[in-house]
Amino acid sequence: MGAAVEIIDVARRFGAVQALAGVDLVVEEGEFFGLLGPNGAGKTTLISIVAGLTRADRGTARVLGHDVVTDYRRARRLLGVVPQELVFDPFFTVRETLSIQAGYFGLRNNDAWIDEILHHLDLASKADANMRALSGGMKRRVLVGQALVHKPPVIVLDEPTAGVDVELRQSLWGFIRKLNRDGHTIILTTHYLEEAEALCNRIAMLKAGKVVALDTTQNLLSGFAGLTVRLTADALPDAWRERVLRHEGTSYLLSLTSYAELESLLSALREHGVAIAELALQEADLEQVFLRIMKRAA
Amino acid sequence: MSTKLSTEMSASLTMEPMRHRSGWQTLLYKELLRFWKVSFQTILAPVLTSLLYLLIFSQVLESHVSVFDGRVRYTAFLIPGLVMMSVLQNAFANSSSSLIQSKITGNLIFVLLPPLSPLDLFGAYVVGAMVRGISVGLGVFLVTLWFAPIAPAHPLWALAFALLGSMILGVMGLLAGIWADKFDQLAAFQNFLIMPLTFLSGVFYSIHTLPPFWQTLSHFNPFFYMIDGFRYGFFGLSDIEPGLSLAVIAVSCGALSALTLWVLKRGYKLRH
Repeated sequence: MGAAVEIIDVARRFGAVQALAGVDLVVEEGEFFGLLGPNGAGKTTLISIVAGLTRADRGTARVLGHDVVTDYRRARRLLGVVPQELVFDPFFTVRETLSIQAGYFGLRNNDAWIDEILHHLDLASKADANMRALSGGMKRRVLVGQALVHKPPVIVLDEPTAGVDVELRQSLWGFIRKLNRDGHTIILTTHYLEEAEALCNRIAMLKAGKVVALDTTQNLLSGFAGLTVRLTADALPDAWRERVLRHEGTSYLLSLTSYAELESLLSALREHGVAIAELALQEADLEQVFLRIMKRAA
Repeated sequence: MSTKLSTEMSASLTMEPMRHRSGWQTLLYKELLRFWKVSFQTILAPVLTSLLYLLIFSQVLESHVSVFDGRVRYTAFLIPGLVMMSVLQNAFANSSSSLIQSKITGNLIFVLLPPLSPLDLFGAYVVGAMVRGISVGLGVFLVTLWFAPIAPAHPLWALAFALLGSMILGVMGLLAGIWADKFDQLAAFQNFLIMPLTFLSGVFYSIHTLPPFWQTLSHFNPFFYMIDGFRYGFFGLSDIEPGLSLAVIAVSCGALSALTLWVLKRGYKLRH
């Protein structure tokens, strides 16, 4: 297996903001790859550079070995992108939208494939409906269909489930998993970290335009073995403040290295006379790993 | 409606080789379909507007204005000017509005993601604009025949000016659509540049009726050459030599096209 996407020393600045500060990344063929990071980390800029929507100030990006600038025609034919924004052309029906998108890639008379996409995305009954008449979830599915209409081996999904209800989200992931099993490389950005944990074999985390973590999902989880405590209390002793991963009002999320540390925490709270309203222990999940990595990279 | 998606994928989703051709014809088809779907607004409305111009101006000025030393009736003189004005304004409106709408609604991404080259984008948007402009011009010509039945004396000249004129305005529309970030900026381009240049290009008068200063100034208006040359195609009469007019607009068209292709290649305001 070769590289589906190679990103070599890619940098991009927008005015005073360094959106990407020299990113190196290789996504292998057939991977289900997660690209995670807080808002403004540079995920969408990176995807836009790979898709040819944005130009890098320096560095190289390739799709299946084809440079996205010098060999853009081949690179773009090999890539399908589901954009983050819920955009559509209000002049056309669902079928026209898919047929026109296929035509942009030089594909004509491919009604059979469009029918198949409509069937898989449960849009067959809406094939002749105008895009304006669709619900948000249906429009999102049309976006997925548009990305698949030229059968690209590499598919990028930029926050595909933002604002999508739970049932559709599950169905969509079933569909995308199947695409991955059929050999398509999937690159996913999402804010739903439980989705990334369940779906992605490998994950890169970006912060302020840099890759701050890159490993298999399993290694990331085991590398940050430990516990978190979700605590609701009116205060927290100063000595424990550096363990805070997240703090909202009287609610704290703290990291512990082991169960033994829990007793130390409870002792400290008793010594300071802090009343505990609620306390819950959690095994490390990707959200905790993400928070720790982001905190470490701060 | 159920939102359960099928996961029974057929073999066709696997990555078999597919035959790819250029996508510019599809973009052109999309551009044509776009204005055809709203043809009341894009074709019939401008035809009606031009008809109203003809009714009002011919009624008021027919007996007061003499053109080409009285060899052509004013109403007949007016028709080619109105036809060309419609061609130019609608060619501009088509490419500019299509692009700005796609930019503002965000669906331009569907055109930017596929392997369409700068020349593909240029060709599709400009030819789409030309088809719209010439369709409206043809409509204006047909409805005005009832008022003054005229036929082109030199149809190839008329066609050459219609094609080049609509192309220039299609290119200008594309350039304006790329440059503008909001409808207001595009409206300013249309109302403060395109509209005055078309109205002051000799649509409603022969420049020989103007004072010398304004006659000289008219020669700096590229739209004047388009209208005057097109009118030559109908009457065999013009304010200046049609070959010169054709050369002026051909050079303008070439320069504007080169500029627009360069802008598209750089991705200015399209690929950030």
